Amino acid sequence: MALIYVENKAYKVEDGQNLLAACLSLGFDIPYFCWHPAMHSVGACRQCAVKQFKDKHDARGKIVMSCMTAAVDGVRISIKDPEAHAFRAAVIEWLMLNHPHDCPVCDEGGECHLQDMTVMTGHTRRRYRSNKRTFRNQDLGPFVSHEMNRCIQCYRCVRFYRDYAGGRDLESFSLRNQVYFGRHESGILESEFSGNLVEICPTGVFTDKSLKQHYARKWDLMTAPSVCVHCGLGCNTIPGERYGTLRRIRNRYNGEVNGYFLCDRGRYGYLFVNSPDRLRQPLQRRSRNAAPEPVSVEAALAKVEKIFSGGGGVVGIGSPRAPLEANYALRRLSGPDRFIAGQSDVDLALSRVARQILSEGPARSCSISEAADADAVFVLGEDLSNFAPRLSLALMQSVRRQPLEGLEGIPLWQDAAVRIALQDQRGPLYLAMPAPTRLDAVATVAYQDSPSGIARLGFAVANRLDRNAPGPETLGRDADSLAAEIAAALVGAKRPLVISGAGLGSEAVMQAAANVARALAGRGQAPGLCLTLPEANSLGAALIGGGGLSRAVKAVETGEAATIVILENDLYRRAEPLLVERLLAAPRVIVLDHLLNPAVERADMALPAATFAESDGTLVSSEGRAQRFFKVMPPGEGVRESWRWIEAMALAAGALESPWGTIDNLIRDMAADIPALAPVGEAAPGEGFRLHGQKIARQPRGYSGRTAMNASVNVREPRPPGDPDSPLAFSMEGFQGRPPAPLIQRYWSPGWNSVQALNKFQDEVGGPLKGGDPGKRLINPAASGGSYSVQFPEPFVRPEGEWLIVPLYHIFGSEELSAFSPPVMELAPAAYVALAPDDAAGLGARAGSLVEVALPGGTLRLPVRLIDSLPEGTAGLPVYLPGLEGIVSPGEFARIRVMKQGQQGLT
Amino acid sequence: MLSKEEMQEIEVEASRYETRQAAAIDAMRIVQDRRGWVSDEAVLDLAGFLDMSPAELDSVASFYNQIFRRRVGRHVIQVCDSVSCWLMGYEPLRDLLIRMLGAGMGETTADGRFTLLPVVCLGACDRAPVMLIDEDLHTNIDQGQLETILDKYK
Amino acid sequence: METPLTANIKPGRRPPDIKAYRKAGGYRALREAVLKMRPEEVTQTVKDANLKGRGGAGFDAGLKWSFVPMGEEASGPKYVAINADEMEPGTFKDRLLMEGDPHQLIEGAALAAYAIQADVAYIFLRREYHLSARLLRRAIAEAYDSGCLGQGILGSEYSLDMHLHISAGRYMSGEETGMLNAIEGRRANPRAKPPYPQVSGLWGNPTVVNNVETVCNLPHIVNNGADWFRNLSLTAEGGTKIYGASGRVRRPGTWELPMGTPLRELVEEHAGGMQQGYRLRGIIPGGASTEFLTPAHLDVKMDFVSVEAAGSRLGTGTIIVLDDHSCPVGMTLNLEQFFLRESCGWCTPCWGGLQYAVELLTGIEAGAGRMEDLDTLDSLAAMLAPGHTFCALAPGAAEPLGSALRYFREDFERHIRQQRCPWSS
Ligand SMILES: Cc1cc2nc3c(=O)[nH]c(=O)nc-3n(C[C@H](O)[C@H](O)[C@H](O)COP(=O)(O)O)c2cc1C
Ligand code: SF4
Ligand code: FES
Repeated sequence: MALIYVENKAYKVEDGQNLLAACLSLGFDIPYFCWHPAMHSVGACRQCAVKQFKDKHDARGKIVMSCMTAAVDGVRISIKDPEAHAFRAAVIEWLMLNHPHDCPVCDEGGECHLQDMTVMTGHTRRRYRSNKRTFRNQDLGPFVSHEMNRCIQCYRCVRFYRDYAGGRDLESFSLRNQVYFGRHESGILESEFSGNLVEICPTGVFTDKSLKQHYARKWDLMTAPSVCVHCGLGCNTIPGERYGTLRRIRNRYNGEVNGYFLCDRGRYGYLFVNSPDRLRQPLQRRSRNAAPEPVSVEAALAKVEKIFSGGGGVVGIGSPRAPLEANYALRRLSGPDRFIAGQSDVDLALSRVARQILSEGPARSCSISEAADADAVFVLGEDLSNFAPRLSLALMQSVRRQPLEGLEGIPLWQDAAVRIALQDQRGPLYLAMPAPTRLDAVATVAYQDSPSGIARLGFAVANRLDRNAPGPETLGRDADSLAAEIAAALVGAKRPLVISGAGLGSEAVMQAAANVARALAGRGQAPGLCLTLPEANSLGAALIGGGGLSRAVKAVETGEAATIVILENDLYRRAEPLLVERLLAAPRVIVLDHLLNPAVERADMALPAATFAESDGTLVSSEGRAQRFFKVMPPGEGVRESWRWIEAMALAAGALESPWGTIDNLIRDMAADIPALAPVGEAAPGEGFRLHGQKIARQPRGYSGRTAMNASVNVREPRPPGDPDSPLAFSMEGFQGRPPAPLIQRYWSPGWNSVQALNKFQDEVGGPLKGGDPGKRLINPAASGGSYSVQFPEPFVRPEGEWLIVPLYHIFGSEELSAFSPPVMELAPAAYVALAPDDAAGLGARAGSLVEVALPGGTLRLPVRLIDSLPEGTAGLPVYLPGLEGIVSPGEFARIRVMKQGQQGLT
Repeated sequence: MLSKEEMQEIEVEASRYETRQAAAIDAMRIVQDRRGWVSDEAVLDLAGFLDMSPAELDSVASFYNQIFRRRVGRHVIQVCDSVSCWLMGYEPLRDLLIRMLGAGMGETTADGRFTLLPVVCLGACDRAPVMLIDEDLHTNIDQGQLETILDKYK
Repeated sequence: METPLTANIKPGRRPPDIKAYRKAGGYRALREAVLKMRPEEVTQTVKDANLKGRGGAGFDAGLKWSFVPMGEEASGPKYVAINADEMEPGTFKDRLLMEGDPHQLIEGAALAAYAIQADVAYIFLRREYHLSARLLRRAIAEAYDSGCLGQGILGSEYSLDMHLHISAGRYMSGEETGMLNAIEGRRANPRAKPPYPQVSGLWGNPTVVNNVETVCNLPHIVNNGADWFRNLSLTAEGGTKIYGASGRVRRPGTWELPMGTPLRELVEEHAGGMQQGYRLRGIIPGGASTEFLTPAHLDVKMDFVSVEAAGSRLGTGTIIVLDDHSCPVGMTLNLEQFFLRESCGWCTPCWGGLQYAVELLTGIEAGAGRMEDLDTLDSLAAMLAPGHTFCALAPGAAEPLGSALRYFREDFERHIRQQRCPWSS
């Protein structure tokens, strides 16, 4: 603790920070631009000037940059000092010399940090009479717009993009008052974190291109706390809505999860909510051969009532992308015995194993922020940049931990100095993957091998750490020394971390990772363990339980069940078409989902299910963190939350005695029913929560057009819809202040209209949100539980003439819902099969050659892509790209032959 | 494509620093010495050769005024426009040059013979006004001599 | 009067090659140091000599070296970078030393390197100095060939590599930390201090940056001792200084004179006074980034402390003379245009403040000024103060601006009143 004096009053602050951070944490307003709580100080903008005094007798003092001055014991400053104030006003005046003052037409207007700071410093009159410098803009791809004339040269964009996120195609060019921030030529930004520029830029240079297509001001957006549904990490988001369409996604700070940043899939995947392929009305078919017809909700409910009151068994197929509540409702309807987990057999097995490993311990599942803090990392089989992107951003920070600890004499917040001192020094990060990944650039070693080779490496590392851990005696080639090197790096670390997951579809790989963690724990280290799973609620689904798809087929084919209810699940992505067909042959098929997919098209009754933006629920991230999301907008007229549809079915079927009515009641039942889910209700305050007797307003105070926006339908102002499920109101009436962390629906504080208002929501800038970061961990490992998995696989031997399929993920294209977002799909590659150059040559194929890939589930015709270090005898197939849905099954073997010219390809 | 000689020269420079990127400026100078300027293709080639991205290299290139990212004439005239030369009458000299060449500051003559650029103080203030043509320093320039001076550069 | 720095420099003659240099006593100091002196002794001698850095800031050279970690605990390679970027307008003294006696520079650089036990020395030369480059390149090769550089220098245990780095331009490359970035192949933005380069410089390793003239003094200090060096000067700051003068004086040029030579002597004696028909109006004493002095200041002694007391800085010690036929506003505009053009664009006061200043000055010079513009310019000059900006470039720009507004106020006001430049016809 240090005692500092601000305006002659003493304050206690944490040691080792700078004055700007300390003062902001104390609640003072100091304007700033180049400083960022996650990226620290470089002293470029000079906006944060304050007056520093030598002692209490010093009346003159000198101007210092608060961000570049250590908050050490005895420091004495004034923010109000007239000279400091005048200097800050001058800085704004300089920043504004070239600024176009185009706020009325600028996307950032109303949530612009530059606007806020201009008002804060009191520079309100333009004196400059000369020309402004102007620039040409670039087309940076589908995510980010570029308007360089608004730039104030704070360097935040390149500091985030290049220094923090490792991107190499955004830079600063030229100099003086003409520094240009962009690419070396127009083109798509390469980093999968490019969307963060939108929030990093303090003014309107980098703005959200998706928002531009249906633009609304921040004050016109209805917002609510939400959780990203596009991978298993559970980043917290704030979606914004107007006129019934979702307009954008913003980051919602969670100090333990995503911090300040999202990946581009998470930011831009949301457009599926507005997709023309949305199912917006119930569809019903009179007979199997008839076309589906739209019907009213009432008619659909009547039909549901008729079907379910008629008795007969129900098979419920749950979903790893639907929240706990919908899955649980379905489980109540079908009964636990006929509840199916709704995952492919491989994924189901893997999420069960993950659940088991994490709950048996002894390694603790690691949050993203803990991962960023790890000082030695071993990744087995996960292409994080594509499979769990936000975690890869965390690892880019983790490689700095060890060198940072060796740094002497430079405060860690001196970002530029620290980077100079560290140069390219990086701490240990070992990657074992079949194919190269984007993280390789920062890895100590990026090792390529087959899945079983990777698992064997993991087992060997565990064995080097603890001789009792089973492991192969020798791995051959360089792998033995690598195993020893990895073991030594992990032993030498204070916070070692092991990462694996479902990406390769290999249980052995996951078990190998668990063994490494166990061996480390056995040595008295406290390893972190991340097991990444593919979908937003994969781990939640594993906690609810449920059988495999073959159990469903049996129930249907033995007549045990006449009705099958499929919850938010395109089964064609989960299993071979033949198996799906057998399921869909059930006498009655009811599908609930958001979008028209092949399963929906085959249903007797398709019920439009609300998306994350129109419903409430809880998702369990791969960390094991239960996180609540809330409706941003009411579901449209024909649409209902899945759990509400199922509630009606369960009531009719007699599986539920009285309606839940609210999600809180459902959660209460679920908690009582499934012990593992007992704490779920604590993830967020219940519906009854009030602040000053009020619900929390989803709409900001400045929300405009309320009396007019529906005038085309009805000139009378409609009553805002009620919300029985949450303490949030669909209205501007209600509490507008700072709600408890899990309910933060937007960042705003008097004078702070931009995302930077977030400082006011944290205990300490960059630290946890006031009252603690949201989410409730459901899985905490038994202290010393678990035993080594003993089965390590044999070395991979390639059967003559066959190719082992390894799945390759693409951040853009491999995930189901974001595949309905046009900008995301603009960046998805076309389907291909990847081969090592030698292997391809052996087949007589070159890059781009068309080949026929014969898999057990069908045959594909794909162009060849060459991947240099792909292990011999493996073929990489991208997951779920258009043309590849549902077919890739890891671990299978394929036969490949080159097609003669003239034969047609699939794509 | 970088020539073998260029690559060899760059390697020599690179060996003098702790990192490969440190040779970036030398590398661009080496290419410019041979080709007159650093074209977009050269930036791509050099970036690859130095394990940099094109943006990273261009960020450096665009900072420095002695790296020519646009094609220049056969001869480059750099006229000192700093204070001592200003005092000693660089402005009329500059204007005369512009008239004689028919090319403004930052421009190249139509015949590709000269490119005219301003440059900061050439460190010969006691002999102002001065200018640099290619590697030759011309001092105490008298307007009447300009023609004779330029004639030496074909 | 002794002129050690220019003893070997004969106008119109080629500089001494290594043979001639050695014959004149060259490399004796280096041999003495590497064979007989401990590094700390060299540093102490230089401290005792009171050698102030000649790059412009006048920082004590020995003191600077003493911040470098020495001995066992000093890890990693260490570096010396010789600042031969000479780009400060009105400055032309390092050129003289490099073109006149390149081996003196190499020996001096090697001595600085030895004092901090550096492994590598870079001579950071601006690209436009083509002749210096040719001469230095040859001299370095000669020095290697004769064992003055490389492995085991002059039969000692000490090894040093020396490379000539040809810069790609920009005044900021001459700023100490900007230079480090330039050598590393980056944009020449400045670096935050602390950490100081002596601890974390090139590639994060200890590095000392010294000006050409600074290190050229070293062989003489080592040869003749600290007392001798201090006694060369007229004031407390040791040594001689290369002074120079440009502008409408009769004999513009450079002279090696005792440190502390009065300004009047420079102008009236060595430069021969003003040219016929011209009157002296102002003097910028040490390069573009120093404040104007006026004829009233002619008796100031030209050393760091005295010029500072007179309200300016010695800077590089090469004076720029403003005459009565030249417009002070135009001169100020020219200076500010230079600083704006060379601003690295890192900190707002510099790129923004200077843009503002240049636009206002352009307006005034073009006859579009308003009286309140002068207040704005005054406050700009005051705001671009050391500590307010990231490096010393912008404060350097503020010095001529603020002093011009002070000393030539009436000329600025005439421009505004007449809505034209009184000097333009
Ligand atoms: C913008 C700027 C440009 C500079 N240019 C030079 C230069 O060209 N040559 C030089 O020796 N010092 C220059 N300096 C001073 C250096 O930063 C540094 O103080 C000097 O090289 C140290 O050498 P010394 O201690 O031997 O004087 C410059 C400083 C600034 C702020
Ligand atoms: S004062 Fe600021 S912008 Fe100017 S050169 Fe220094 S750091 Fe760059
Ligand atoms: S925030 Fe302190 S200088 Fe930019």
